Amino acid sequence: MKLPIYMDNHATTPMDPRVLEAMMPYLREDFGNAASRNHAFGWKAEAAVEQARKQVAALLGASDKEIVFTSGATESDNLAIKGVVEFYKDKGDHIITLKTEHKAVLDTCKRLERIRQERLDELKQMRLGQLTGAPVSRDNLAELSIKHDLDNDPVYRQWAELPTGGARVTYLEVEKDGRIDLKKLEAAMTDKTILVSIMLANNEIGTVQPIAEIGKLCRQKGILFHCDAVQGIGKVPFNVEQMNVDLASISAHKMYGPKGVGALYVRRKPRVRIAPIIDGGGHERGMRSGTLNVASIVGFGKAAEIARQEMADEAGRLLRLREKLRKGITEQLDMVTVNGSLEHRLPGNLNISFAYVEGEALMMAIKDVAVSSGSACTSASLEPSYVLRACGVEEELAHSSIRFGLGRFNTEEEVDFVIKLMVDKVNRLREMSPLYEMAKEGIDLKSIEWTAH
Amino acid sequence: MAYSDKVIDHYENPRNVGTLDKQDPNVGTGLVGAPACGDVMRLQLKITDEGIIEDAKFKTFGCGSAIASSSLVTEWVKGKTVDEAMTISNKDVARELALPPVKIHCSVLAEDAIKAAIEDFKKKREARQNKA
Repeated sequence: MKLPIYMDNHATTPMDPRVLEAMMPYLREDFGNAASRNHAFGWKAEAAVEQARKQVAALLGASDKEIVFTSGATESDNLAIKGVVEFYKDKGDHIITLKTEHKAVLDTCKRLERIRQERLDELKQMRLGQLTGAPVSRDNLAELSIKHDLDNDPVYRQWAELPTGGARVTYLEVEKDGRIDLKKLEAAMTDKTILVSIMLANNEIGTVQPIAEIGKLCRQKGILFHCDAVQGIGKVPFNVEQMNVDLASISAHKMYGPKGVGALYVRRKPRVRIAPIIDGGGHERGMRSGTLNVASIVGFGKAAEIARQEMADEAGRLLRLREKLRKGITEQLDMVTVNGSLEHRLPGNLNISFAYVEGEALMMAIKDVAVSSGSACTSASLEPSYVLRACGVEEELAHSSIRFGLGRFNTEEEVDFVIKLMVDKVNRLREMSPLYEMAKEGIDLKSIEWTAH
Repeated sequence: MAYSDKVIDHYENPRNVGTLDKQDPNVGTGLVGAPACGDVMRLQLKITDEGIIEDAKFKTFGCGSAIASSSLVTEWVKGKTVDEAMTISNKDVARELALPPVKIHCSVLAEDAIKAAIEDFKKKREARQNKA
């Protein structure tokens, strides 16, 4: 067994040797530009890309004409959401998403909200200028808006209903197990809703959402459904036809392919239109210009093919390992909680809180195993995970969480090693923890007046 | 985040982890931080009637820097007078451990813990004198 052990497969996965092998010719002799239509080098590259497109489409249950290659899932999420908002702005401007989505979705939505707010402020300035007969600055905008009761001003209200280029966004709460309540989703839908964006599986707690039910509801209401499928694709069943998904984002490096390549599925029947966010040579049917990353796309295709063929067996193996890890830890340590639904969950995910031990200190203690802290303490911000908070996990427990991501190359021997390591190190840190000592003495930690800082 | 060797050393071999008897009139206990913020430090000092710190113990819930900061100050305060210990500042701790900017608050917590422990000791002594 080689140390350190890699158990952070939600962050990225190692490339499968079969993927690298498939890519090599396209990094060497077959280096052509897939857009070069007038010689053999180009034809060969194009054929390789089209082969990969079929392989990726097959994994999603889609047709190859519905696959747009991108630089990765962040770009795919941006393209799907901004592309729909731009194209369907005359139909409406409302988006529904979840508080536990990936930042690539949440931050895209926040930008669209800012754009809308800025446009509305400009309209307010214009209208107030008309009403007061003088230019209005941003500083006294709020004050004057109230004074002139803009909310009930028919002219301003009419302007505000025009497309702004931005969007209004509803960020839905999730239940304690991380899953969506379909009734809340339905209640949030309005006649202005053009898009629902909900992930297949959560990257922190592995919760799998009821995609087929969401898709059915969206289809009934005539609302487009985008699914960020990055973490779940190739691990749990996903089929865009059966599940009524209109747009889906996926990434190669989360499924044992190379980094820097992904795809957006864009439905053809019924046809979904999106405005591009990158303009240029009109590659990918105009939806994503830029010379295709041929070798990586070939690797992506191979990775998708392997995932499709091996998913059923691999899911069973990962589930056994995950359960062994979970039981090994929870049976030997007290005061631990598993975050997220156990039933609706990625087979390789275990997100677990160790009360009275801080996540980053624990990660330092287990440096022989690469995992991720549920708290964001290793980044510049010291805030605990927004995903755990959205699931109602208390702040102190959110600071005490570790995410294990098991993958294709983890072994049973590694899991045994990690169980022992976790038990030893959590016990050691708890020996050092004043909170654990107090809890053991029966002191209610909530009764203490803490000095917040 | 890359930690200095000193942080790692204190984290892996923490000095003076433990608990002193809270009821002992010569023991001052300082408990600072908050679980919700991700760090709580408890520093206990055993102080002679002459005002010399003869023992120090800590327990800390927090990241590696928080553990290292508290471990370091237990080493520093031992043998010092109460007045000398009060002059230890978070800047000294941060400099000694080469803490990254985002972890400076761990050193602030360590300084606060010393002050809180000494204050607790002084309160206990006053209460004792009032009784006598």
